[in-house]
Amino acid sequence: MTARIALPDAEALVRDLGRQIAPSVQPTTALIGIHTGGVWIAERLHRELGLDLALGTLDVSFYRDDFEQRGLRSQVRPSTIPFEVDGRDLILIDDVLYTGRTIRAAMNELFDYGRPASIRLAALIDRGGRELPIAAQFVGARIEVDANRNIELKRGEDGRLSLVLNEDTQAAGH
Amino acid sequence: MTANPQLNRSGELTHLLSIEGLPAPILWQILDTARSFVNVGEREVKKVPLLRGKSVFNLFFEASTRTRTTFEIAAKRLSADVINLNIATSSQNKGERLLDTVDNLAAMNADMFVVRHAQSGAAHFIANHVAPNIHVINAGDGRHEHPTQGLLDVFTIRHYKHDFSSLRVAIVGDVLHSRVARSQIHALSILGCPEIRAIGPSTLLPRDIGALGVHVYHDMHAGLKDVDVVTMLRLQNERMQGPLLPSPQEFFKNYGLTPEKLAVARPDAIVLHPGPMNRGIEIDSSVADGKQSVILPQVTFGIAVRMAVMSIVAGN
Repeated sequence: MTARIALPDAEALVRDLGRQIAPSVQPTTALIGIHTGGVWIAERLHRELGLDLALGTLDVSFYRDDFEQRGLRSQVRPSTIPFEVDGRDLILIDDVLYTGRTIRAAMNELFDYGRPASIRLAALIDRGGRELPIAAQFVGARIEVDANRNIELKRGEDGRLSLVLNEDTQAAGH
Repeated sequence: MTANPQLNRSGELTHLLSIEGLPAPILWQILDTARSFVNVGEREVKKVPLLRGKSVFNLFFEASTRTRTTFEIAAKRLSADVINLNIATSSQNKGERLLDTVDNLAAMNADMFVVRHAQSGAAHFIANHVAPNIHVINAGDGRHEHPTQGLLDVFTIRHYKHDFSSLRVAIVGDVLHSRVARSQIHALSILGCPEIRAIGPSTLLPRDIGALGVHVYHDMHAGLKDVDVVTMLRLQNERMQGPLLPSPQEFFKNYGLTPEKLAVARPDAIVLHPGPMNRGIEIDSSVADGKQSVILPQVTFGIAVRMAVMSIVAGN
């Protein structure tokens, strides 16, 4: 049995994440959102921070380490990196940071575009449970949830972001 | 429902043998996935690690340079190890049975076979024989199907036309002997294309083609009127001498795609050709190299489509 967990307001977390990131953003900094939730957050931050460089998006399906077990996900979206990665400071943006495997896959994919000067990570939620030595530099909120639960970011028709807690039928992929 | 040999017990694609009989969601999944692979192909590093450590055998019992090369590039860009076997010139000549060849390669821990064979149903036959962890892709079997070509054709059409629901597509030439035509017709119907036309002399159109919902035309001006897509088929040289055709010149005059004939199609119509082209027989150079031609993009997209098919079946 799990106690009901009150999830924070995703909109407030995005604003907070933006305030955390703002001081370390330079003209050369690029934001890259990880599909799908990370892209929604990145779109918002990109607008709020008023960055010049176009937003990058990554779908890490071709780099996941569970391809052998699960095959290719049925909805693969194109990754789009509309800038030179070589020598650039990058900020990766994801909705929920969990095992760290998605971030590992994202970094492997990014290095196939070039050699960035640095990569930092911003996550709306850090739910712990890391299986790899990966940490986020910018975190909206830290929440402990049971392994059989899954936190999901949703976007309503009005564009508002919200968090929901699901019973996880398959182990989470974050 | 009889079991579809291309699908596993969960209904996922495990072999690609024919377009006929594939559920529409699987076709859409292949096309969507291929779109992501087009972006990979434009990068500095054109490889992804999905099939790292896998062995892909190109089993070509029939000569083909282009198709074999695109499968080879696709497998390499997925980080697989690729072994090309041109069996037309190898052990089959020593009398080895087809399935013995396959068993030997399976004993070398093959993970995937890409099969081209002059006999219809060859890939199917191999797929029924191999262990469930081995995946088979049909790269053309006799007159039956060439599913990855059909898929790259519809991928190309979707790229330029975005949506199939109001398209008129004409397929011109030797439809009778063309596995390319058959696969494209099935793919277009499954994806909801409302009007497919076949244009050619009656000797080169299958008699039962109407059963596939295809409209038959023997005249180019009537058949090309207002179409959005024109697919030209290669006139196979070996058929030129037979009783089916008068002469290459005569064929070009009636069915060769020239700027004048193309002018009756919609002004934004695109022209496809599976290659290799016979310039001056089925297609005029000014059309092949003209601004409505998407023949070279077809080749580029063909690699992405084959990467999508290989990675989807390998994961299922």
